[in-house]
Amino acid sequence: MTLDVRIHGRGGQGVVTAAELLSLAAFDQGLHAQALPSFGSERTGAPVVSYCRIDDKPIRAHDPLDAPQVVVVQDPTLLRAADVLDGLAEDGVVVVNSARTPAELADAGLRLEGHQHAVCLPASELARERLGRPLPNTALIGAVVALTGIVGLPALQEAIRQRFTTATDDVLQANLQLASDAHDLVSEREHHDA
Amino acid sequence: MRRQVEGSKAVAETVARCRPTVVAAYPISPQTHIVERLSELVTVGELTSCEYLMVESEFGALSACIGASAAGARTYTATASQGLLFMAEALPNASGLGLPIVMTVANRAIGAPINIWNDHSDALSQRDSGWVQLFASSNQEAVDLHVQAFVLAEQMSLPVMVCMDGFVLTHAMEEIDVPEQDDVDAFLPAFRPRQWLDPDHPVTIGAMVGPDAYTEVKYLMAQRQRRTLDALAEVADRFRGAFGRDSGGLLRPYRTDDAEVVLVVMGSVWGTAADAVDQLRADGVRAGVLGVTCYRPWPGDALHDALSGIANAVVVNRAVATGPGGVLGQDVHVCAPTGTAVREVVMGLGGRPVTRAGLVDLVCDVLDGWEPAGVLDYRDLDERVAQRELAREEALP
Repeated sequence: MTLDVRIHGRGGQGVVTAAELLSLAAFDQGLHAQALPSFGSERTGAPVVSYCRIDDKPIRAHDPLDAPQVVVVQDPTLLRAADVLDGLAEDGVVVVNSARTPAELADAGLRLEGHQHAVCLPASELARERLGRPLPNTALIGAVVALTGIVGLPALQEAIRQRFTTATDDVLQANLQLASDAHDLVSEREHHDA
Repeated sequence: MRRQVEGSKAVAETVARCRPTVVAAYPISPQTHIVERLSELVTVGELTSCEYLMVESEFGALSACIGASAAGARTYTATASQGLLFMAEALPNASGLGLPIVMTVANRAIGAPINIWNDHSDALSQRDSGWVQLFASSNQEAVDLHVQAFVLAEQMSLPVMVCMDGFVLTHAMEEIDVPEQDDVDAFLPAFRPRQWLDPDHPVTIGAMVGPDAYTEVKYLMAQRQRRTLDALAEVADRFRGAFGRDSGGLLRPYRTDDAEVVLVVMGSVWGTAADAVDQLRADGVRAGVLGVTCYRPWPGDALHDALSGIANAVVVNRAVATGPGGVLGQDVHVCAPTGTAVREVVMGLGGRPVTRAGLVDLVCDVLDGWEPAGVLDYRDLDERVAQRELAREEALP
């Protein structure tokens, strides 16, 4: 059992934190996990990529993931960059931070092949409501958790508690709620579609 | 206890459990998280009896460590890239004076062109500085090597560099067993310097040595380096007994016994190469990987034995030399047994990823006769760009 997740976003959106949260949640569930950042020049707004490997066997590799099952796009304007969907598995899923639908994003670069499918989630809007700031990462990881089922929502929430130790209680609670909202929204929608 | 933790943080906490009494450092990516965490541990009182010195530069950091070590303190610093080069003037003083300083090098390319990403150019440029240079194949080994480094340094009275791949290891969050305080205390005895500067018992450390004795001093230093190889293997054995983990030592072979092709690698590429080897073996290709954990002193005899009976060795160089081959490759060439064909490639400069697919292709090309012998092959070079620029340069008046 393996799950490879690649996260695209911009510096300041919590791209590295998102991969770390997923790896922490997997570890808490007794799986092996690795979060790897691929730093650019660490400027706010610059495209950033991170990776998360999850496996039931110990992980030795440290190379970037070349065939992820899940790609998370924290900023839909990145879809125009050719490499965002590179290597996505034939039946892979793309989670896009957008209030639009996958069909509406086709012109913005969301072009899928084979059995790939896309899930859109208005994560920035949800975060703005709950958190007062458009930080989409906890909501998007909530969606990934709902879609893959490899890690439970409680494990993700525990990961958020571990990772956000310096946050105020308001910020922590808002992030826990964001993960849960996104998880439930995507679970319901997928259940409905099925 | 096993935890999901960033490599830098795990290293910093391990170093703290080795109870250094002086830490002097200057931040530089990708090493910064290590010293930030150490300064935090000192500030909050988790690392007690330790003076954390904010210095003005890497030169100041190593110079402060040299002074503190000569005064009998257990000292630690960390750096990377140009930061290590800025220490270069002081590095041979630390080794020549026999000061057991431990330093982490978060391996990073050196400029120009400026590049913050991982390769081995920084540490390999200091191969003759007289420091022991150990390369971690994983974050677990990076953590374990720091405990072993303090033991080895103090036992041999020599400084030790623990090299770990910048970003790839320092910034990876992984499952790491950070050694417990009690276990470290049992493994690493209190520091007893061979000699130290004490106003009540004056000694001279670092006197001038003229032509009458300089050669002998250098010869004795070289002999101590040779003994260090045995000591290092012995420390790794004891570590296995105490912690139950196979970390450190001279070399890290994986499935080399009946291999037709062995990849010779250093650092975190080892794990990716081991996965490549498993994939090749599943397809019936007898591949193996030999990790070089101890780069200095050079374990030539062990390498000779490890490659005996192996037809093909391919050295993955992660630094460029302007000599007759790669830096690591030259040493392998000199020590490989007759009967082992040694090829050399350059891969993974300045953060270009060395991938499992790339290593699988490399092994296949060697077996198919596609990989050239006798030249240093820039394996992941963009030929189109390189040839275009060469043509442009040749066309210049």
